[in-house]
Amino acid sequence: MSTEIVVMQVFNGVSLFTILLLMSIGLAIVFGLMGVINMAHGELMALGAYVTYLTAGAFSHYAPQWMDVYLFVAIPVAFVATGAFGWLLERGFVRHFYNRPLDTLLATWGLSLIFQQTYRSVFGPQEVSVPLPAWLSGAWEPFVGIQLPLNRLFIIGLTAVVTVGVVLLLTRTRWGLRVRAVTQNRPMSAAVGIDTNRIDAMTFALGAGLAGIAGCVFTMIGSTNPGTGQLYIVDAFIVVVFGGVQSLIGTALSGLAIAQSQTTLESVMSGSMARVTILVLVIVVLYFRPNGLFARKARS
Amino acid sequence: MVGKSTNRASQTSPCGHPPPLPASRLLQERKRPPSRLPYRINPALQRLPPRLLGASGTLLTRPAFAQETVKLGLLHSLSGNVAIAEASLVDAEKMAVEEINAAGGVLGRQIELIVEDCASDNSVFAEKARKLLERDKVAAIVGCYTSASRKAVLPALNRAKGLLFYPTYYEGLEQDKHVIYTSQEATQSVVAAVEWLAREKGKSFFLVGSDYIYPRTCNKIAKPTIARVGGKLVGEEYAPLGHTEFSSIINKIKAAKPDCIYSTVVGGSNVAFYKQLRAAGLDGTKQTLLSTVVSENEIEGIGKENAAGYYACMGYFQSLKNPKNERFVKAFKAKYGAGRVIGDPMQVAYNSVHLWARAATVAKSFDPEKVRDAAANIELDAPEGLVRVHATNQHVWKKVRVGRAMPDGQFDIVWESPNPIEPNPFPKL
Repeated sequence: MSTEIVVMQVFNGVSLFTILLLMSIGLAIVFGLMGVINMAHGELMALGAYVTYLTAGAFSHYAPQWMDVYLFVAIPVAFVATGAFGWLLERGFVRHFYNRPLDTLLATWGLSLIFQQTYRSVFGPQEVSVPLPAWLSGAWEPFVGIQLPLNRLFIIGLTAVVTVGVVLLLTRTRWGLRVRAVTQNRPMSAAVGIDTNRIDAMTFALGAGLAGIAGCVFTMIGSTNPGTGQLYIVDAFIVVVFGGVQSLIGTALSGLAIAQSQTTLESVMSGSMARVTILVLVIVVLYFRPNGLFARKARS
Repeated sequence: MVGKSTNRASQTSPCGHPPPLPASRLLQERKRPPSRLPYRINPALQRLPPRLLGASGTLLTRPAFAQETVKLGLLHSLSGNVAIAEASLVDAEKMAVEEINAAGGVLGRQIELIVEDCASDNSVFAEKARKLLERDKVAAIVGCYTSASRKAVLPALNRAKGLLFYPTYYEGLEQDKHVIYTSQEATQSVVAAVEWLAREKGKSFFLVGSDYIYPRTCNKIAKPTIARVGGKLVGEEYAPLGHTEFSSIINKIKAAKPDCIYSTVVGGSNVAFYKQLRAAGLDGTKQTLLSTVVSENEIEGIGKENAAGYYACMGYFQSLKNPKNERFVKAFKAKYGAGRVIGDPMQVAYNSVHLWARAATVAKSFDPEKVRDAAANIELDAPEGLVRVHATNQHVWKKVRVGRAMPDGQFDIVWESPNPIEPNPFPKL
């Protein structure tokens, strides 16, 4: 295998890592920090993708000359729209299932089916095509024979921005402090005057909004159809569980580990076998470390 | 197995023989919930004497319409993940039924449609097939898309001695006596595609597909064909169904530097595959990519600009130039909207209804076994040109074409088989 291919494979690993991170960071917040198993998380990504589709449609209709930069509008729009929807979802639905993990699992799974059928009824069963801005198509060629797709470079950059933003939000703001307090000890947080209901809603909304950004970005590399969310939800759960629930750094490192092993394995075996191997590795690791790679040590 | 007329009003009507009704009125669809039947009559209205109802009431209740109907079942997924590909087939089938009804029906009977949604669930396919055959007693079923769904309805067909027209290209290796396979089986498209590629584009091949039976069977047929035409196989890769990460496969393609890439990647994966190919600089100019599963419908989802420049091998393209097809496209767009596109499976679905009607006419019966026997050698002047049901194997003779996707989402047809190709569902490799 030539050097160019090795370089591109490593780049693919990094790219896949950022994609996995982007899709699982919202879930890491909702599932990891709040403990809500949200099976409809994938459908929130699909919602972000459809919002992007609508934004692109609006741009091409009303402001075709701005079509090149529609993505910079679509990303915040997807974040806000999906986040707002997530907030409604938490207030109207999810909060009734706190402390009932099995019920949450079933209820949100049912919810995901409802969403899928709703997308199907509204947008049709066919895939919708979201245009890629011209400046993001094609590849950057730093050396002859090495092509790095521009949209993947963009995703890497965006993921870095989003991740840093989320980490800063959780560690450097008062709101983040409250979130961490509530997730660590709910009764005590309530006792010191934190409105835990409000924190729950906002945290869930943040997780949903991040799913929206992920969905928006995935229109660049994948398909947008009513079942899109199902493609990502399993991977997202694997990354979060493998990394250790309640640990954002664990999520990031597990994403990196899975992505690099996936791309490395894919270059020596078929895609299906690579995937099987990864799943076997995950099962073996979880057998010996049931709480994931980076379980938080806590008194129980 | 013909359904009796369900028209109760006919016994009470005072009129004589009113003129036949517009065909569309007879298209009864049964979907859940039953209260959404498009032509359901208010029970209170039904109790009124017909005279008081006026013209519209007469139309709705169809009084004295003594003509019997024949039931045809449509069995497709209108919801669930396969609906992406399958739902539009129903539109084409409905249009064919309307045409037949407007021309007087089959053997003097109007076709009554019963549409079932199988929700992309194979067990629902089995259950609904049983319902159509045993409760509704349909004369035939047009339906199924995936091979798994077809296999799921075979026991029901066998038990009720029913007849299924299967309108999707598939991998072959089946010849059930209760099924007429109206699309191309694998050898018809794969052999032609590989020969065309080797002749026009180069001799080294890279095979890439989704990991399930259709791509693996197609590639099993492709490999000896490549060897026969003096080509060289430089790689073969499969991605899991629904895979969206093709960068590693694309790197392998780049490393292997093939002249031709033969793709059997299906479904949503195609969108990711085509987008990532283009992003990686494989835009079809240096290498030729040809797929046997990407029709105009798939291009809608892939994005016209992403699919442009890649090739497809199909029995039908919407851009085919012949009067029959131009009429067909015009009628379809008039009915469903100018923005709709027609892919190969939709056209075959449309043909399937016509083939059934023709076979029943020849058989002078709706009995499934008689219709099946009469179907052998039946010819149809379809939008894709002449198709003929094979004398013995229940598949169809048909031409195949290679088209190059254009930026407008249509195909520029660059090659057409000179003669219809014989179906060969059990190739000796």
